Amino acid sequence: MTKQKVMMIDLDQVRAEALDSIAAAGDLEGLEQLRVALLGKKGSVTAMMKSLGEMSAEERRTAGQRLNTVKEAVAQALDSRKAALDAAALDQRLARERVDVTLPVRPDGQGRIHPISQTIDEVVAIFGQMGFAVAEGPDIEDDFHNFTALNFPPEHPARLMHDTFFLPEKEDGSRYLLRTHTSPVQVRTMLRQPPPIRVIIPGRTYRCDSDMTHTPMFHQVEGLVIDKATNMGHLKGCLIEFVKTYFEVDDVPVRFRPSFFPFTEPSAEVDIGCSRAGGELKIGAGADWLEILGCGMVHPNVLKNCGIDPDEYQGFAFGMGIERIAMLKYGIPDLRTFFDSDLRWLKHYGFLPLDVPTLTGGLTR
Amino acid sequence: MKFTLSWLKRHLDTAATVAEIAERLTMLGLEVESVDDPAARLSGFIVGHVLEADRHPNADRLRLCKVATGQATLQVVCGAPNARAGLKVVLAQPGVVIPATGEALKKGNVRGVESQGMMCSWRELKLGEDHEGIIELPVDTPVGAPLTSVIHLDPVFDVSITPNRADCLGVRGIARDLAASGLGSLKPLAVEPVKGAFASPIDVSLRLSPETAAACPMFAGRSFRGLRNGESPQWLKDCLTAIGLRPISALVDITNYMTIDLDRPLHVFDAAKLSGNLHARLAHPGERLAALNGKTYLLDDTMTVIADDAGPQGLAGVIGGEATGVSADTTEVFLEVALFDPMRTAATGRKLAIESDARYRFERGLDPAFVVPAMELATRMILELCGGEASQPVIAGALPAERPAITFRPRRVAQLGGIEVPAADMRRILEGLGCTVGGGDESFAVVPPSWRADITAEHDLVEEVIRVHGYDAIPTLSMPRPAVARPVLTAQQRRAGWVRRALAARGVVETVTWSFLPSAMAGLFGGGKPELNLANPISSDLDAMRPSLLPNLLAAAGRNADRGVKDVALFEQGPQFHGERPGEQHAMAAGLRAGRTAPRHWSQPTRAVDPFDAKADALAAIAAAGGPAEGLQVVAEAPSWYHPGRSGSLRLGPKTVAWFGEIHPRIAAAFDLKGPAVGFEVFLDAVPLPKAKATKARPLLKVSPFQPIDRDFAFVVDRSVAADAVVRAAKAADKALISDVSVFDLYEGPHVGEGKKSLAIQVTLQPVEKTLTDAEIEAVAAKVVDAVGRATGGVLRG
Repeated sequence: MTKQKVMMIDLDQVRAEALDSIAAAGDLEGLEQLRVALLGKKGSVTAMMKSLGEMSAEERRTAGQRLNTVKEAVAQALDSRKAALDAAALDQRLARERVDVTLPVRPDGQGRIHPISQTIDEVVAIFGQMGFAVAEGPDIEDDFHNFTALNFPPEHPARLMHDTFFLPEKEDGSRYLLRTHTSPVQVRTMLRQPPPIRVIIPGRTYRCDSDMTHTPMFHQVEGLVIDKATNMGHLKGCLIEFVKTYFEVDDVPVRFRPSFFPFTEPSAEVDIGCSRAGGELKIGAGADWLEILGCGMVHPNVLKNCGIDPDEYQGFAFGMGIERIAMLKYGIPDLRTFFDSDLRWLKHYGFLPLDVPTLTGGLTR
Repeated sequence: MKFTLSWLKRHLDTAATVAEIAERLTMLGLEVESVDDPAARLSGFIVGHVLEADRHPNADRLRLCKVATGQATLQVVCGAPNARAGLKVVLAQPGVVIPATGEALKKGNVRGVESQGMMCSWRELKLGEDHEGIIELPVDTPVGAPLTSVIHLDPVFDVSITPNRADCLGVRGIARDLAASGLGSLKPLAVEPVKGAFASPIDVSLRLSPETAAACPMFAGRSFRGLRNGESPQWLKDCLTAIGLRPISALVDITNYMTIDLDRPLHVFDAAKLSGNLHARLAHPGERLAALNGKTYLLDDTMTVIADDAGPQGLAGVIGGEATGVSADTTEVFLEVALFDPMRTAATGRKLAIESDARYRFERGLDPAFVVPAMELATRMILELCGGEASQPVIAGALPAERPAITFRPRRVAQLGGIEVPAADMRRILEGLGCTVGGGDESFAVVPPSWRADITAEHDLVEEVIRVHGYDAIPTLSMPRPAVARPVLTAQQRRAGWVRRALAARGVVETVTWSFLPSAMAGLFGGGKPELNLANPISSDLDAMRPSLLPNLLAAAGRNADRGVKDVALFEQGPQFHGERPGEQHAMAAGLRAGRTAPRHWSQPTRAVDPFDAKADALAAIAAAGGPAEGLQVVAEAPSWYHPGRSGSLRLGPKTVAWFGEIHPRIAAAFDLKGPAVGFEVFLDAVPLPKAKATKARPLLKVSPFQPIDRDFAFVVDRSVAADAVVRAAKAADKALISDVSVFDLYEGPHVGEGKKSLAIQVTLQPVEKTLTDAEIEAVAAKVVDAVGRATGGVLRG
């Protein structure tokens, strides 16, 4: 074959044949073989490139240009064919890898926070914002802290077998008891630290009582403020703020009506407005009142019993049932279910672990 | 405490409406439980006139009546024995709701005859208990008139009285409070002594020692003769019926009336049945009294009795005796008006389980100055209603001493109550309550009335002023507080919350269970001290303080399994008790997992819970509490309620921080649990609190620029060798280079021989100064093999 022929005839044919066979390559392997056959060290195009050396400078320039064009076209065709085959292979793999995305995900054990804990956290968030610390005390108490120091008269029915749980009588005739309210922690707090005092006391309490609306154990939260200036106006303001924040109802009417407790004077019970229209209880403006807590100014005898001078110091105390306010806010119908550990109940009425009540973020989701 | 509007108005001059009175009572602390206005439910009833009453054609005991309504004449079938022509009756026409049934009356067909209405009894109208026959209205009652216009219908108040307000257990006391608050004025109560017509043949005395004199400080009375104990007049019967008391006879009704009206229980003996004089004394042990309620009581020497020569005839302040009770034939009586010790009365009533209106009042305390006035008022009432004549009074004991004045500083009202009340208003309020007020505006000298034993000091007067002035008037104030709230929780309180939420985030559900459990179970969990058994449990299931939280969680798992929920993950935070003294309790976080770890799923097989689930929970709880995860030792020892070979303790030095493991199969069986159950108990207070730090800044992060290298080793060790020992030895082989050691395989079986196991560990080397050469890596590997070999006898698996 003359050089002239190589230059004029073979190149067009080589190019056409190469492009045809590239286009016909059915898989990556065949395409790679083609690449080697054309552009490899011993490939046909490479061989032609090598033959350029035998030409004159003039010829080489023209033939070189043409040969380069062919080489580029072949290389480009190889690349694009490879891309196309790659894409087809990927498509095939993807089709093979298809899963049924409607299948359910792996189960994640989801825990819950008990409504009692969550309600206590809410109460702590609200009173904490008003500067109340949290105090705690023992469940087993003695007569002094549970009754005597709190100004219960000696013959008060609560001291007798009526609703106090007692431990066995000791040799000296005294007996320990299960605290009937969280108020003994008031006494312990006052005996431990000098005023000013501002604490709330959540905790377990016990009464010898069990029926539809009473359980032998329940929870209370108690509040105590002792300083030189706190009066009933503060008591009202503090509890009204609490009620509005806790129930998340701005216009809930609040009523303080006189009542009696041995450890406060004056004493009050607090009612909030509600509506029972259509058999559904709604906290807020309405025709009815709902009693939710007891409170009052700390009785001077209690202050004296705790070593505090009632002429110098004064303050208020309040107490309410945790389960009760939880039932009212969250529409939980039956007190006894709080203590049944029924997982269906716990999952329904319980709270997610990340739902930490705050005043900035909102108490309740 | 129940009373009617008209009864209240016998003491209170007021134009206030029922609603206004109810609202004021509640705001005075006399909480109105209900106001029942019968007029509201009786608006549809009218007066009917029975024109004819013939025998029902098909029933002997029924009458077929023609009843005029003023507009029509209806045919009414009636079964009442007193249905007869000429009666004026209470008639309900179809559509009217019958109070006793709560249902609307329908036209009926009785034994083949249409009945177009119903004639009613007192009980059917809920106006009384009488159901002997239909109501017979006075003959001159206008036909067709609404019932509410022709009979006396009184709204009934039911008020709950707090224990400090004994004086409000009488209608007059309630009227006085209302008057003091400005809702009307209290009518005067005139007490005019009755001159005795003869000397009382029965004398009274107190047979008490100085030590027991308080049992009965005063005993007054007088005899009556020639009286007739008939029916009470209508007004008195109306009063009693309206509040649910059954009129019995004039004398009994008078004592009931005095009890409710003036808070003054008293007793009337049939004088003919008494032997000799009366005296108050303590009962002799073994004495018996057959009481008016038909029961006989065994008495002891803590109880006060009124006795005659024959023995006890009444239990002081509680109940009278049957033998000397009055009857319709009684013509001579002795009236007893006495004071008894409230505490003794309460104890007696409680011991004998006798509830009575008298006991309820005596145990709360009566007005000690009112003995003689009450006797005079009762005397007038007896003479008025029963005729006859009264003797001169007989009195033993003495009036209580005059009460001392209390110094009352009006400024205390503003100091405590946060409200300014003018001194003149304070004076008016205190006087309205019956106090005698002297002194100037800076300091009052206040003598409280004899009926207010609850007022003993200045703060009681402060309360009275604020109460009667009204809590509504107190301006509300915000609690002074920092502009930005400060943290208030202690470190323990904060971490209790973290533990709770960390466990819940792990999929464990928080529960709250009783602090008690069955004492039999307490013994299985390290408890069972008799000191921690309740003296008065509510049931035998709840009779001991819990020594552990696990038994209640196990019981809960059992209950859930019974409901079809077999896979359980529960935890509780709360106290457990190791001693009976206050404070002998531990704050615990305990949890229980039972069944399988997760529901069945298409992607993976399920597995049963195992001790490592419980160990992971315990570690997570300790970590959330800020415990040092690194310093914890794991020891294969746990209490008897765990499986001995599948449980352990987590310790910090000598302190046990937690137990975990599989629940002992015998214990699980005791709770009827079918599958495996694992649990943990963390002693929260045993986790040390982190030291307070001067700054919140974290230590600087140091990261190596060189890649870590992992090398795997498989050691064959004795089965008894703890994996932890292998890991610790490997870690200690080169503390500078080895950053982590983990166990990734455990094999026991024929390939390693009897009594052996193979533990595969991955050792991570973290170069810090330069990339390690092969020779250096080999050197560390040799150190690991050597260290493990020396510590555990382990050899590389061939």
